[in-house]
Amino acid sequence: MASALTVWERRRQRLRERAIEFVLLVAAASSVFVTLAIVAVLIYESLGFFSSVPITDFLFGTVWTPLFSNPQYGILPLLGGTLLSTFVALLFVAPIGLVTAVYLSEFASPRVREIIKPILELLSGVPTVVYGFFALLFMTPLLQTFIPNLPGFNILSAGIVIGIMIIPYVASLSEDAMRAVPNNLRDGSLAMGATRLETAVRVVLPAAISGVAAAFILGISRAVGETMIVAIAAGQQPNLTLDPREPAATITAYIVQVALGDLPHGSLAYQTIFAAGLVLLLLTLVFNIAGFWLRHKFREVY
Amino acid sequence: MSITSTLTDGRVAGRAADSEFVRRLKRRRTNETVFICLGLAATSIGLIALAALMIDLAASGYPRLTADFFTNFPSRRAGQAGILSAWVGSLLVISVTAFIGVPLGVAAGIYLEEYAPKNIWTNIIEINVSNLAGVPSIVFGLLALGLFVYGFGTGRSIFTAGLTLALLILPIIIVATREAIRAVPWSLREAAYGVGATKWQVTQDHVLPAAVPGVLTGVIIGISRALGETAPLVTIGALSFIAFLPPSPVSADFPFISFAWLFEGFTVLPIQAFNWVSRPGDDFQSNAAAAGLVLMAITLVLNGVAIYFRYRLRKKLQW
Amino acid sequence: MNTHTAPTMSSATIGAAGEMLAGRPKITAKNVNVYYGEKQALFDVSVNIPEKSVTSFIGPSGCGKSTFLRCFNRMNDTIPTCRVTGDIEIDNADIYERGLDVVQLRARVGMVFQKPNPFPKSIYDNIAYGPRIHGLARSKTDLDQIVESSLKKAGLFEEVKDRLHESGTGLSGGQQQRLCIARAIAVGPEVILMDEPCSALDPIATARIEELIDHLKENFTIIIVTHSMQQAARVSQRTAFFHLGVLVEEGVTQMIFTNPRDRRTQDYITGRFG
Repeated sequence: MASALTVWERRRQRLRERAIEFVLLVAAASSVFVTLAIVAVLIYESLGFFSSVPITDFLFGTVWTPLFSNPQYGILPLLGGTLLSTFVALLFVAPIGLVTAVYLSEFASPRVREIIKPILELLSGVPTVVYGFFALLFMTPLLQTFIPNLPGFNILSAGIVIGIMIIPYVASLSEDAMRAVPNNLRDGSLAMGATRLETAVRVVLPAAISGVAAAFILGISRAVGETMIVAIAAGQQPNLTLDPREPAATITAYIVQVALGDLPHGSLAYQTIFAAGLVLLLLTLVFNIAGFWLRHKFREVY
Repeated sequence: MSITSTLTDGRVAGRAADSEFVRRLKRRRTNETVFICLGLAATSIGLIALAALMIDLAASGYPRLTADFFTNFPSRRAGQAGILSAWVGSLLVISVTAFIGVPLGVAAGIYLEEYAPKNIWTNIIEINVSNLAGVPSIVFGLLALGLFVYGFGTGRSIFTAGLTLALLILPIIIVATREAIRAVPWSLREAAYGVGATKWQVTQDHVLPAAVPGVLTGVIIGISRALGETAPLVTIGALSFIAFLPPSPVSADFPFISFAWLFEGFTVLPIQAFNWVSRPGDDFQSNAAAAGLVLMAITLVLNGVAIYFRYRLRKKLQW
Repeated sequence: MNTHTAPTMSSATIGAAGEMLAGRPKITAKNVNVYYGEKQALFDVSVNIPEKSVTSFIGPSGCGKSTFLRCFNRMNDTIPTCRVTGDIEIDNADIYERGLDVVQLRARVGMVFQKPNPFPKSIYDNIAYGPRIHGLARSKTDLDQIVESSLKKAGLFEEVKDRLHESGTGLSGGQQQRLCIARAIAVGPEVILMDEPCSALDPIATARIEELIDHLKENFTIIIVTHSMQQAARVSQRTAFFHLGVLVEEGVTQMIFTNPRDRRTQDYITGRFG
């Protein structure tokens, strides 16, 4: 085929192709820079913090009062608040999410599933500040009718609403994992005379277990990082407790509380939010890596 | 039904009809019915929660949704307060987010799907994207506070906020772009290569147009997420009481376009709602509900459009 | 299919097949029609399946033989658009009768699929699955015994007895298929349906399965769908030929292969189409 392009034109075209590829590569690499920048900023500010506060005090101290005149910097109360609210959310979402996933995957007709799934997924799109409102002014009063002495701010109500928020992560992703189980396994079980429930529980669920676990872990990771719901509904006093009926601040709620005030840049109190943020990042990183690993493993089964 | 034992050892054969099997079967069927009821109940809990949330918001916020509410600035008196500065702020911040986040995310998605060689660097970028998607939004706020506000000196401005949210939704747009591009059949590319197109020509003229609905779905979901985000903006120090509008981007004098608004202080809808919800008194909480209602309406519309796109896409996808 | 000579059969098999004619029918199907939505897949099929023998269904792909097979344990029920009319009786009892539980039916009519589909569980748990859900074992030793005897009947016990608790998916294709047969036997069925059980296997594994089928017919009524005419000739006493959803011809296997009555059957077995 005779080309209409001259040598020069072709060289220019080649150059253009290279330039475009480079631009695209830079865009892709930018996501890595974002991660590096996050880690760098958190570590840089935390280093400033840890040069004044011994890391052992930070990790094992049980009192967190950085804004008081006699400040103490033990992260445990905040970490406890975060884990407690996450635990409540998990306790709430685990049965609901799992049963919903099994029901949608193995029992609901495709038509029903097509309608229900997008509506459930809306739950993850609701602005978290709206959830905060819902927790403070709907869930807490509702719970107070069952638990008379429940204070206005409490972990329980925030945790339950976080659980509602992560229903789509748990249910929808678990359902995806279960539906990825090949039909010939279902047929094998049904042909032996298993009921659909027995097939779902004894064959499909075990086969999809790593995908389901990954869905749960993703949900947990979301719950750990959730900010507005706890900032609005769980109160802002650090409180090392195992009782979800009490108010308690989480790591995220503390960061919000500090950011709302106007702390001087570079002060120790300013640096505390980065140290707290670092703990939060590490916590979610552990869950994300576990989830990533499980999903990877899950993909290898079939 | 008459069953005769057909196994020579006869031990398990024919049990399908004995009374114990039948009794057990009845129980198994009951279990199944019970589970179906449980499944319906569990599924409806999510739906009921969504409905309760919207009814609760509407009951307390709907009376406040007057025209004045949209054209008034926040006020110390709940009855006169409005969301003018908040929705204008949201609009401006989201424009910056879209302007930065969409091209960056789509370009990254194109690179990873069409160009990236299979090597360790690509692998690192891919793992990084999925990890970035799991980073809590408030951590992006800390990044912006430490790096943009104080490091680059962009201040607590619309630009900083838009940039922060752009980084936050980057993974969403990258993942959606990749999925949309992956769904374009390989034969389309081969056809284009077959007539001598370069890689970029194939991408630009054939792959991208076919991927547009999928990319758009991701962009809409990302924008919807960014509009509802509160935590990172609180962290960089967005103000909640702003009784003025930023300078207009269009002016009567030369050069007619001004970017001064980019570096103004701002508030956005979710922050305004947050501010009101944390104040004591039913009046302000009604304002919060009204602002939340506006946010919910935007979220529902955007998600509805995205679901519609996805639905259309799935129908069309049978090439 | 490119064979041009009718497969040969040993005289012993022919003798056995001749006797089978006298066997009482285990399954009778009368005027069976199957529809997928608007499309009809089977037209007015009637056939008798004799007890404790092997009956094979042959025919070109898409002829409805697998669809018909799946009527006998009502696996077609799992396809929402599928509709079955007509009568199918096992031991003179209607299996499409209202109020009949498919669980009970499927415990009596086992099935082996085209692609081996062991559950991602241990070999032991694969076999124990059926007895467990149906409550057939009264104790652990009872269950152990069922597992062992099922594996023995499927000719797999010697190969796997030292690794009963390793995953069933780690076996070779042929072993997986025998595991699936053992799994079906463990429930104590009367009928075993086999849907092209060897199509995913190599010739050696295929030969072992065929040998096994020959043994199993002493205790079970077996129906096998196959695309291989040689296989039908080797393992079955009776053969039914399907074409475009119609049962063209049914009879003693060697009669079908040596002296078909219908032109279409003749064309198929001599390789003119299919």
